[in-house]
Amino acid sequence: MACADKTLLLHAYVDGELDLVRSLEVEEHLKTCPACAEELSGHRTLRSSLRSGNLYQRAPRELKARIRAAALGESAVPVQSGPASVVSMRPAQRRPIFEWLAVAAAILIAVALGSRLGPGIGGNAQPDLIAEEAIASHIRSLQPGHLMDVQSTDQHTVKPWFDGKLDFSPPVRDFSDQGFPLIGGRLDYIDHRNVAALVYQRGKHLINVFVWPESSGGNSSSLERQRFLNGYNFLGWRNGGVYFCAVSDVNVGDLRQLKELLDR
Amino acid sequence: MQDERRGAPGGPSFDEVVLPHLDAAYNLARWLVRNPHDAEDVVQEACLRAVKFFEGYHGGDARSWLLRIVRNTSYSFLEKRRPSDSAQEFDESIRVPSAEKPDAEALLLRSAEAQALQVALEELPIAFREALILRELEGLSYKEIAEVMEIPIGTVMSSLARGRAQLRKILSHSREREVQRGVRR
Repeated sequence: MACADKTLLLHAYVDGELDLVRSLEVEEHLKTCPACAEELSGHRTLRSSLRSGNLYQRAPRELKARIRAAALGESAVPVQSGPASVVSMRPAQRRPIFEWLAVAAAILIAVALGSRLGPGIGGNAQPDLIAEEAIASHIRSLQPGHLMDVQSTDQHTVKPWFDGKLDFSPPVRDFSDQGFPLIGGRLDYIDHRNVAALVYQRGKHLINVFVWPESSGGNSSSLERQRFLNGYNFLGWRNGGVYFCAVSDVNVGDLRQLKELLDR
Repeated sequence: MQDERRGAPGGPSFDEVVLPHLDAAYNLARWLVRNPHDAEDVVQEACLRAVKFFEGYHGGDARSWLLRIVRNTSYSFLEKRRPSDSAQEFDESIRVPSAEKPDAEALLLRSAEAQALQVALEELPIAFREALILRELEGLSYKEIAEVMEIPIGTVMSSLARGRAQLRKILSHSREREVQRGVRR
């Protein structure tokens, strides 16, 4: 059995989605952990079987011909191009509304299916789904280029950056003096909505704090939730109509300390 | 000749955007609806939708854009066909991998494994199957898969992890059965 905290990382590693530092860490770990090394070679075998198995289904030639013909035929019909027609020709306005409804329905169906079958894309706000999503987002944020959209130790830079990107104003504060410097922020997506992700540093470790306003229909218990998944600690709580999730590989004590600072 | 069908003035034409990715579109549809005839219908329908939505295409990755339409079309197709879909019977001929011009000997060597893999893949839950097809057969990055499936990248990662784990389990079962059959002979 491979180490629980490495399971997802091994997949990201085999898919070439880790940055150099993380890759080296994984490689270092593989040298000393036969279980993970075996897991990795299993992934690689599966991959080469999938790729060499003639599984790719190419479009039949007749289908291509039909679509090409249809595309050329269609293109003789409505849309005109050229600067003069840009304003006057807005096909969207002429489009019957039921088409949009059909599309909206299709998307809803896709989402509904996804929530039944996929992990973490779920209908109601299950606590563990949020924890899973937050931890997955945290892991992803450690990959190259994902950590920060705005990089600054200055809360007065980070806070305005969120303006206009979110439908709420997240509490952005720096706690350098208390040992939790704010190093940046970005947008993320959790529980079907855009959330603010604030990135704090604790020693050499990073803490992602996800913040979003509670939905009015939500369960209003202020209960603090703590989870440990894939080697990461998760701490979730509510305060004044705002939901906070902190995720990191630092210990829970440190997360609590940050929670207290944020709640002040 | 100047093509009239353009998303934005000066942008690429519909033909340039969609036609190069018909194989990708068909492959995804084929694995989602699991039947070649239905896959053709879905791709055709998706292309019609793509024509309608073309003004919403503002450059960017054309393949991801088209694949997102294909997957949504596939899902609504499956939704319409339900409930028979979940207990769908397969035509045995559908399962044979469509090799272009298979070398007979190579095919023999490969066919048992390839067929087991094809069946295993078709048995996977659709969300995992979709992520795996996009990653392993289409070679999309996590970010591109997230765009196509309209899910967070973290969910792409966990879908792949779960899909692979299940696939390996199904395959090792089928190998065990092979071995047992071999022993009995």
